Amino acid sequence: MAPDTLAPTTGTPPRSTMPREVARRRGGTQGWHPTLGTGPTTRILTSLALVLMAAAWLLPFAWAIDTSLKTEVDASSDTGWFPDGGFSLDAYRKIFDQGNIPVWALNSLLIALAVTALTVLISAMAAYAFSRTLFRGRRALFAATLASIMVPPQILIVPLFRQMLSMNLVDTYAAVILPQAVAPAMVYILKKFFDSVPRELEEAARIDGAGSWRVFASVVLPLSRPILAAVAIFVFITTWNNFLWPFISTSDPGLMTLPVGLSTIKDSSGLMYAQTSAASILAGIPLLIVFMLFQRQIVKSVATTGLGGQ
Amino acid sequence: MSSLRIPLRASARSGTARPSRRGAPGSSGWPFVLPFLVFFGLFLVLPIGYGLWMSFTDSSLTGHGDNTFAGLDNYAEALTDPEVWSSLENTVWFTVLTSVPLVVVALVMALLVHTGMPGQWVWRLSFFAPYLLPVAVVTQVWSLLFQPDLGLLNSMLKAVGIDGIGWLVDEKYAMWSIALLTLWWTVGFNFLLYLAALQAVPDHLYEAAAIDGAGAWRRLWSITLPQLRRTTALIAVLQVLASLKVFDQIYLLTKGGPDNSTKPIIEYIYDTGFANYRLGYASAVSYVFFAIVIILSIAQLKIFSRRED
Repeated sequence: MAPDTLAPTTGTPPRSTMPREVARRRGGTQGWHPTLGTGPTTRILTSLALVLMAAAWLLPFAWAIDTSLKTEVDASSDTGWFPDGGFSLDAYRKIFDQGNIPVWALNSLLIALAVTALTVLISAMAAYAFSRTLFRGRRALFAATLASIMVPPQILIVPLFRQMLSMNLVDTYAAVILPQAVAPAMVYILKKFFDSVPRELEEAARIDGAGSWRVFASVVLPLSRPILAAVAIFVFITTWNNFLWPFISTSDPGLMTLPVGLSTIKDSSGLMYAQTSAASILAGIPLLIVFMLFQRQIVKSVATTGLGGQ
Repeated sequence: MSSLRIPLRASARSGTARPSRRGAPGSSGWPFVLPFLVFFGLFLVLPIGYGLWMSFTDSSLTGHGDNTFAGLDNYAEALTDPEVWSSLENTVWFTVLTSVPLVVVALVMALLVHTGMPGQWVWRLSFFAPYLLPVAVVTQVWSLLFQPDLGLLNSMLKAVGIDGIGWLVDEKYAMWSIALLTLWWTVGFNFLLYLAALQAVPDHLYEAAAIDGAGAWRRLWSITLPQLRRTTALIAVLQVLASLKVFDQIYLLTKGGPDNSTKPIIEYIYDTGFANYRLGYASAVSYVFFAIVIILSIAQLKIFSRRED
């Protein structure tokens, strides 16, 4: 993958006229590592440090996989990598037999997809309004949106929960989904992007008689696909992993998301090491697969949404 | 760019292209902003106001005391409540323990990965994958590692002749253990931000430095770090704000124990509101916390914007 794809979409500084690859092949001024240097010792030391660090970061995964493949007896008595009784798939079998996990995974997926779709749609519409249209109170409203980025969502749980109680929404999908669909930071990021879309295209469409909706749907949105994807991926990951609000707004096991459901397993059977590991692996795998498939977009999405604050 | 501006002005003069206050048909932004406004109002502005109002009452989870105006009583209580202070102290301690490593380790990772080393995606996956995991998965995996008798960490310590430690059960170590887990879990996000920033550093700076004979340290101090300053400022600000809001991993690993030594302020708010049903008081504590967050953010922005000059 070309490293260039990682560059943030905005404010990329001027690049060298000589591409890094070419410079490296010519053994020119550009070294193997622009900062750390070119010498063989640097090369070996950097590689070694990188391998060790990556190994340390992967170790917890390895240990969890190993534990999940032990029998419950081995898992709670054996401290080695290779269990006395050999490896077994018992833990996985039991998880599927008792099986709330598929339900929670489905809930997580439905909730994350709904939040993502809602957030992207209403944020993109609002960002378009802030970027491209005039209406009374636009500046004040945008200022309020920006200011609200500072509000930690955690301080809203108490009043939000009361609101949900009074709206009779506790233990419904709506209670979990709706409050998560407010993302002022994403409105800001999208507005910044829309500001940079050339107006000429939009104006050409208007001259052809297209109204605002038409311009939004067939000019602005298609041009913004990369940033929309970035925002969508970012929102999806955060929603999938969100714990506090889904935890507070649901108590019905049939409505729980994976993070919430898994936390209840731990409480009731804290000593089932093999099973909890197997459950963790099963819950972790979908996102890892998604990451491997969409790596480029995910990396980009973090880079753009993170840098959006600049 | 300047040549592109000409058609823009020309078409703007035609009157139909630019939306105006009087506006061509369909040019008003209201229909576009309305859905967001409804959500923003209902789930952000309303709870902010409602919470503020609740903080001046004796509201409880059962609905009792909703209309009992308590004035500043809740705030007076919050400021003298030892649990508020100790949970704030824990929160600040956690923030200190995590923020520095989460910036430094992320930078080291990015510097190491930003080489001609083959297999870029493997390195990125190794460092970023934990960030993708739900908190419940992370805490379950780490509670295995932290197990005093069976855990991997203690077996590794024993292998080199050190007695195992009570990672989560010993007051001395619990917060450090949670900080370690947090580093493993979240550093990948900062790592990606640094990696993106490193790749945007113009090559000609290094080419010039190489001609001048600058060594590795010199290049790091005089080119790379200064070029990354904006990113570092951004990461530091985001990181401090994120660390102050810690709740999930602590709640799932230790429930704030042992002996409240890891209980962060958000957990105290949660306990007060949802276990003790004191929503009014919980709201007041929320607002005390909010005030602290705002003060710290403004201070940080001031510090970093001054450095930019």
